[in-house]
Amino acid sequence: MATVTQKQQLFGHAPTNHYLDASRGVMSWIFTLDHKRIAIMYMYGVILSLFLAGIFALVLRLELYTPGPWFLTSAQYNQMFTLHGAVMVFLFIIPSIPAIIGNFVLPMMLGAKDVAFPRLNLASLWLYWAGGFFFIVVLATSGLDTGWTFYTPYSTTTSTNVIAATLGAFILGFSSIFTGLNFIVTINTMRPKGMTWFRMPLLLWGLYSTSIIQVLATPVLGITLLLLIVERLLKLGIFDPAYGGDPLLYQHFFWFYSHPAVYIMILPAMGVISEMLGVHCRKEVFGYKFIALSSVAIALLGFLVWGHHMFTSGQSEMASLVFSAITFSVAVPSAIKVFNWLCTMYRGDINLSTPMMYIMSFIFLFGIGGLTGLWLGALSTDIPLHDTYFVVAHFHYVMVGGTMTSLLGGLFHWWPKMSGRMYNEPLGKLFCLLVFIGFNLTFFPQFIMGSLGMPRRYHEYQAVYQIYHQLSTIGAFTLGIGIFGAVMTLVYAWFFGRKASGNPWGAATLEWQSSSPPSFHNFEHRVIVSAPYDFSSVVYDESVDGYVPVVPKREAAPAPQPTPAPVSN
Amino acid sequence: MATTNVVRDEYSELVDLEHSHDHEHGQFIAHHFHSAEQQFDSGKLGIWLFLVTEVLFFGGLFVAYIIYRYNRPDVFIDAHHHLDTLLGGLNTIVLLFSSLTMAWGVRAAQLGDNRTTAISVLATMVCAALFLGVKAVEYSHKWDLGLLPGNLFSYDPLAKHDHALISNYLVMLCVPFGVLLLGFLLGAILNLNTGKKLIGQFYGGMAITMLGYFAGVGVGVLWMATMTPKHDSHDDHHAAVVVAADAVRPVVFSADDAAPKVETAVVDGAAAAEAPAGSTAPLDKSLGVFFSIYYCMTGLHAVHIIAGIAALAWIFYRSLAAQWRPDYFGPVDFVGLYWHLVDLIWIYLFPLMYLIR
Ligand code: HEM
Ligand SMILES: [Cu+2]
Repeated sequence: MATVTQKQQLFGHAPTNHYLDASRGVMSWIFTLDHKRIAIMYMYGVILSLFLAGIFALVLRLELYTPGPWFLTSAQYNQMFTLHGAVMVFLFIIPSIPAIIGNFVLPMMLGAKDVAFPRLNLASLWLYWAGGFFFIVVLATSGLDTGWTFYTPYSTTTSTNVIAATLGAFILGFSSIFTGLNFIVTINTMRPKGMTWFRMPLLLWGLYSTSIIQVLATPVLGITLLLLIVERLLKLGIFDPAYGGDPLLYQHFFWFYSHPAVYIMILPAMGVISEMLGVHCRKEVFGYKFIALSSVAIALLGFLVWGHHMFTSGQSEMASLVFSAITFSVAVPSAIKVFNWLCTMYRGDINLSTPMMYIMSFIFLFGIGGLTGLWLGALSTDIPLHDTYFVVAHFHYVMVGGTMTSLLGGLFHWWPKMSGRMYNEPLGKLFCLLVFIGFNLTFFPQFIMGSLGMPRRYHEYQAVYQIYHQLSTIGAFTLGIGIFGAVMTLVYAWFFGRKASGNPWGAATLEWQSSSPPSFHNFEHRVIVSAPYDFSSVVYDESVDGYVPVVPKREAAPAPQPTPAPVSN
Repeated sequence: MATTNVVRDEYSELVDLEHSHDHEHGQFIAHHFHSAEQQFDSGKLGIWLFLVTEVLFFGGLFVAYIIYRYNRPDVFIDAHHHLDTLLGGLNTIVLLFSSLTMAWGVRAAQLGDNRTTAISVLATMVCAALFLGVKAVEYSHKWDLGLLPGNLFSYDPLAKHDHALISNYLVMLCVPFGVLLLGFLLGAILNLNTGKKLIGQFYGGMAITMLGYFAGVGVGVLWMATMTPKHDSHDDHHAAVVVAADAVRPVVFSADDAAPKVETAVVDGAAAAEAPAGSTAPLDKSLGVFFSIYYCMTGLHAVHIIAGIAALAWIFYRSLAAQWRPDYFGPVDFVGLYWHLVDLIWIYLFPLMYLIR
């Protein structure tokens, strides 16, 4: 017979005997196969990259405070924006949500002990470190000044360390592929009995679609970067018109990966938002199937639009026309998601917690970012807007306003599970507000100056743009303080936060049926599968100071059969 | 409170159920899988996805090939004279045969016949090494002639090509395999003598594999020797090879507008006239881009063959250790699938590179 202590151990706060203290020592972490520890180690790397690239960004913004050159030479400026972009894209934003939240939560949402291939998972982490190492090599040697896109022919002729950088990106690509492969297999083969595809939490749909892109698009980036390396070493001529090669081919290859890659960045973020929304509105997510399937639609359509980055590169008008049309069609599933989120909030029992604030911030910012994508997808408007600050603002609205906002929200949401501690709610909200304000102050002026003609990647500019640049710089420092504060709030909570129970939010997905932090094997009991957003499947229990699952009544069943899952409504 | 008591009972049942459900895990089932079947399905899906990434990885190169061929068909027509169809064909047959032995090995593993699996996998490895041996002859020969990628391309169709039959490059390509051969031989002898049968047999098998490589080199060199023109002509022997192979095509090197060479008795006048003999562009550098693509594609493929040998060696060892059973043979199956893909890629590479007309 279960005692209160046993219940505490199953569903409450676990002071000992959890995954963090299951074994000790650095080696027990570096060689761990535990998906939770791997997630935590990814988090260190990802947050470190965020700070590093964030410092580059602040340096850039400071330099741009004045129209003329200030404390950077033009060459240094080129290096700064390249390193900022490359580190942010390859080391921060692409791994971020899948590697941290995905790794931690995905197997637990399936009620499983681990991902399908724990060793492959560890290999992904090691590859991530190896890729990071190459970027450190870049920093320590002659740097990089090609822009994060490595366009030929400049990248094959510049004297900076393109080889180390592309090698790093190549390795990071494989890290990403292996994570995606692992997730697809895990979701396909390890779902518990009773969890059909359409009873999966929406985060899993987001991660699944992301993984499809990772597996299908990233190899092409791999071979492209490999060709670039060989081109530099041996002068292959494949991208070099002097030998009859084709530099546009590089752009096609690059965007064939990198457009889908923007969905690698945003789809997990959308999954996190969908997942948290129901919990913090205490309402079944509106239009579950539409949200789920629109992720897959985005993933597939995303492969057909890469040419919209090349409208001005001299591709044929016909190609531009087709790419433009398909680009518009991608906006449809994105909009479907936004409307469903709004409908979920409508008349929901909104709990204005920190994650909820990040959710609302996300919807607003992604809305702007997505809509301005249509300006850029339309041929006539993209011609003047291409390579201006308008594009810069667009992609920061979707990547920072979208993915980073969602990552922070997700970290606050799952922090009780990961650390076993609750963060400080007022501080969390304060910094969320600061991030929101700082972000808009940084990037909204960029829309204006972009449409006025301020080109991107310029070290100097005309005085008419100065006011926008100044606003942007002030905003950037506000944003920096906001992000730093948010992360510090989490760090503080890890050590000194109030103890959290297994399910403090009253969420109905399976990861919350464990103790906080979870035990090494995640669950010490058999999980009860219910519909992911059926909040009647959990009840508040005073003895654990949190929610516990309702055990469905089983009619006289002597032979233990799988618990019939309650029918979703 | 009565209700809490009921609840408690139910939770304890959850825990009890967990324990009663705790089926004993077989030796080869990882702790996070419920059953051998689930583990096998996961592995199978995983390897298929991996193969998809491989196809896309090569896909980039195939696209580069298509685009370059579309832009410069003349270069491709010209280039095929430099590739030895017979050696390429031989390698194709070798790889096809290795797919057969691989499939055989998978079947044997499914039946739990570890001995047959070991032999089949060994045969597969020998074929793989033989392929590499032939490839080494082809590569070193081209390097001697200056048929190098891109900017390094320095082939001069008018120069004499009377180089040594066994080139220095070939020796260099043989050294690592020679070292491995000696090491494995030594390992086999030492271990078998000290009674460590398993590891001794493994080393022995690997030594045989390395011999396969040298067999490939031998075949390649012999073939080259028979094809080397005895007369001291200016011609590239590949021209002769090609002519010998189909005996109808004229050999035209576009770069030498001075004296287009025609090697055959049957002169196809139309084709000779069509060849861009007088084109002003320095075509030999363009030809270098063909070799860029050639080396990238075949080189990447060769890397996959080497990785395949490593994976097969692991399977070979576990077969010798008799680890396959009808309910556990996944790794053989998965490596087998990988091997078939590597073969398949060659099946595409061969006509695209060697059989251009
Ligand atoms: C709602 C759908 C979206 C549409 C229609 C769209 C459209 C576009 C277009 C047409 C461009 C090219 C602009 C130019 O260079 O002239 C562009 C650039 C870009 N977009 Fe989007 N976009 C969308 C969503 C996203 C998302 C979700 C992300 C990332 C999370 C993203 C990231 C980027 C980036 C990074 C660039 C600039 C790449 C570079 O040149 O450095 N976009 N977008
Ligand atoms: Cu795009």
